[in-house]
Amino acid sequence: MKKLAISSVAIATLLAGSLYAGNGTLRLITWKGYAPKALVKKFEKETGIKVKVTYSNNEEMIAKLRATRGGGFDLAQPSVDRISFVQKKFHIYHAIDYSKVNTNQITTAMVKAAKKISGVDGKVYSVPYIYGTTGMIVNKKLAPGANDWSDLWNPKYAGKISYRLKRPILIGAAFGMGYNPFALYSDKAAYKKLIEKVTKKLIASKKYVKTYWTSGDTQKAVITSGDVVVESGWDAIGWQVHDKNPNIDFICPKSGALGWIDTFAIPAKSKNIKAAYKWINFILQPKNAAYVTNQSSYMTVSKDAPKYFNDKIKTDFKRSYSQKDIDNIKWYDALPSGFAAIEAKALDKIKAAQ
Amino acid sequence: MENKKSFNITFYLLIIPVLLWLIILIVLPHIDLLISSFQSDSDAGGKVFTLEHYAAFFQSKIYWLTFVNTAAYAIGITILAFIVTFPVAFYLTKVISKKYSSFLALLLLIPLWVGELVTVYGWMIILGDHGVINEFLIYIGLIDKPINMLYTNFSMSIGLLYISMLFMVVPVMSTLESLDDSLIEAASDLGATKWTIFTKIIIPYSMPGITSGGIIVFMLVIGDYVAPDILGGKSSLWFTEQIYNEFLSTFNWGEGAAFGFLLLMISSSIIWLALKLTGQKLEKVGS
Repeated sequence: MKKLAISSVAIATLLAGSLYAGNGTLRLITWKGYAPKALVKKFEKETGIKVKVTYSNNEEMIAKLRATRGGGFDLAQPSVDRISFVQKKFHIYHAIDYSKVNTNQITTAMVKAAKKISGVDGKVYSVPYIYGTTGMIVNKKLAPGANDWSDLWNPKYAGKISYRLKRPILIGAAFGMGYNPFALYSDKAAYKKLIEKVTKKLIASKKYVKTYWTSGDTQKAVITSGDVVVESGWDAIGWQVHDKNPNIDFICPKSGALGWIDTFAIPAKSKNIKAAYKWINFILQPKNAAYVTNQSSYMTVSKDAPKYFNDKIKTDFKRSYSQKDIDNIKWYDALPSGFAAIEAKALDKIKAAQ
Repeated sequence: MENKKSFNITFYLLIIPVLLWLIILIVLPHIDLLISSFQSDSDAGGKVFTLEHYAAFFQSKIYWLTFVNTAAYAIGITILAFIVTFPVAFYLTKVISKKYSSFLALLLLIPLWVGELVTVYGWMIILGDHGVINEFLIYIGLIDKPINMLYTNFSMSIGLLYISMLFMVVPVMSTLESLDDSLIEAASDLGATKWTIFTKIIIPYSMPGITSGGIIVFMLVIGDYVAPDILGGKSSLWFTEQIYNEFLSTFNWGEGAAFGFLLLMISSSIIWLALKLTGQKLEKVGS
C-alpha cells in the first residue's frame, strides 16, 4: 500500500512537471494562420526554444488571461483597440520594452498607431503584427450593385444578407447611416444615443437577414453555398472565397472599411519574456512575414515583406483596395471602458428581437 | 485486525481522489463564482457587495424573457423527446428478440461517438437551402424554391432533440426491460384495450425511467450552447449564449456568474415542480 501511495505521488509530480513550461518553451496564444507550422519549426531550429501554439480570438484571449491574471501564456496577440481598457482594469500585460524590438523592420506608421492606441500612462503595451479590414464580401453576379454598409439593410437583397452580430456591425452600420462613431468616443451619452439609433435600424431590417455568421468558417460557408449574396466580412476571407468562386470578392464599403491591427502583447506572468521578444523579431523578418501573408492573405506590418509577396496577394490587394479606399479606412481607436457594455446590450436587443 | 486496517487505507485512497475532484474542480470554482456574482467594482477600484447583478435579470425584460423562452423550448423538447423515443424503446425491449435489440441499441449510440459538434454540422448539411432535403424536394419537383429551414427555431429544436434523445431512450429501456410481459398478457386476457394497457400498465410502470430521462434531457437542453449557437436562427437567443456574452464580450463576470446561478436555481425548481405535479419522488427515480 505504501509503495502504491508513493508511486502515485511520484506520478502526480511527474504530470505536474510536464505541464510546467520550462525555460526553453514559448507558449503563444494567437489566431489561426498567424503562426504557420513551417515558421514554428524554423524558429525552434534557430533558437532551440520550443513553441506551443494555442488558437483563440480576442474575447477568449482576454477572458483566459483575466482568469489567470496574466498567466498561462508567454505571448498573446490581441487586437490593438482591445488592450488599453483591459490593461487599465485588470493589469494583465507587461509594458513593451521597445529597445528590444527590431523596429527597423516594421512600417513606421503602424508602430506609431500601436504606440498611440495601446498606450496606458505613458507605457506601451503592444507591437503591431498584422492588419486588415472588415468590409463586405459580395457575390457580384447576384448582387451587382452592393457597395456600402447600407446594403446590409437593402430590401433588394432581402433574405440573402448576413453579418456577424458583434461590435464591427454596429460601427459599420453607423458609418453606413452617415455618422462617425469614433468621433463620439469622448462623449459616452452621445455614443449611447448613436448606438440606440443603429439598434433600431438593425432591428427594423432584421427581416432581411438570412443569418448572423459567427466565425471565419461560417462566414465562408454562407456565401459559398449561395444562401447569402451580401455579407460583412474580412478581406483575407473574401480573397480565399474568390479563389474558388471568382464571382465573390471582398470590397471596401463606400463609407469606409474598418481597419484593425492585431498585435503582440506580453502577459503579466509570462515566464519567458526573452523568447517572446525573439519570436516577435523573428516572425517580422521580411521573408518570414511575407510567408505568413502568402499563406493566409493577412497583411503583415513588416516593412520589406512586400518584396517577397506572391503575385496572388498583390493582385488581390490591388483588386480590392484603390488608393481612395485605403485613405478612407476607418482605423479602430482604443475602446474607452464602459463602451463595451453599451454595445453588448444593443447586440442582445437585436438578437432577441423578432 | 489486519484486514480491517487495509480496508481503511484502501477506503481513504479511493475517497481522496473523489473528494479532491469534487472540491477542487466543482465546489471551489462555484463558491468563487457565487462570491463574484455578489460583487461589483467600486469607483475606487475595490470590490463592493451588491445585488445589482441579480436585480438586472429581473429588471431587464430582455434577460428574463430570454430565460422564459429557453425554458419553454427545453420543456417542449423534453416532451417531444419522450414522444419520439418511447415507441423506439418499446420496440427494442418488447417487440423484437433480444439478439437484435442489443445490436440496434448499439446503433443508437453512434451519434454519441462522433460528438455534438459533428452531429450539429451534419444537420446543417441536411437542412440548408442547398442541403439534402431541399435539393431532393426540388429534384422531384415538389417545390421550386428552397424552404428556409436552417437558422430557424425549427432547425435548432431538431438539433437539440437529436443530441438529447438518446438520454431518454436508455432509462426508459431499462425500466421497460424489467416489465413482466405476463402483466400485459393478463390485461388483454381480461379484455383491456391496447390504449388501456398503455395508459394503465406500461406508462405507470415506466414512469421512473421517463422521469429520470426527462430530467436529463431537460437539463442537457437548457444548458446547451452549441446547437442554439450554430443551428439557431437570428432570433433564437439562448440563455447560455447570454451567459457566454457576459463573460466574453462584456467582461462583466459578476453578471455572468449571477446568470449562471439563476439558471441553476430556476431550472432546478422547474424540475422540483414537475416532480411534485406528477407525484414522483426523486429517490425512486434515482434507483
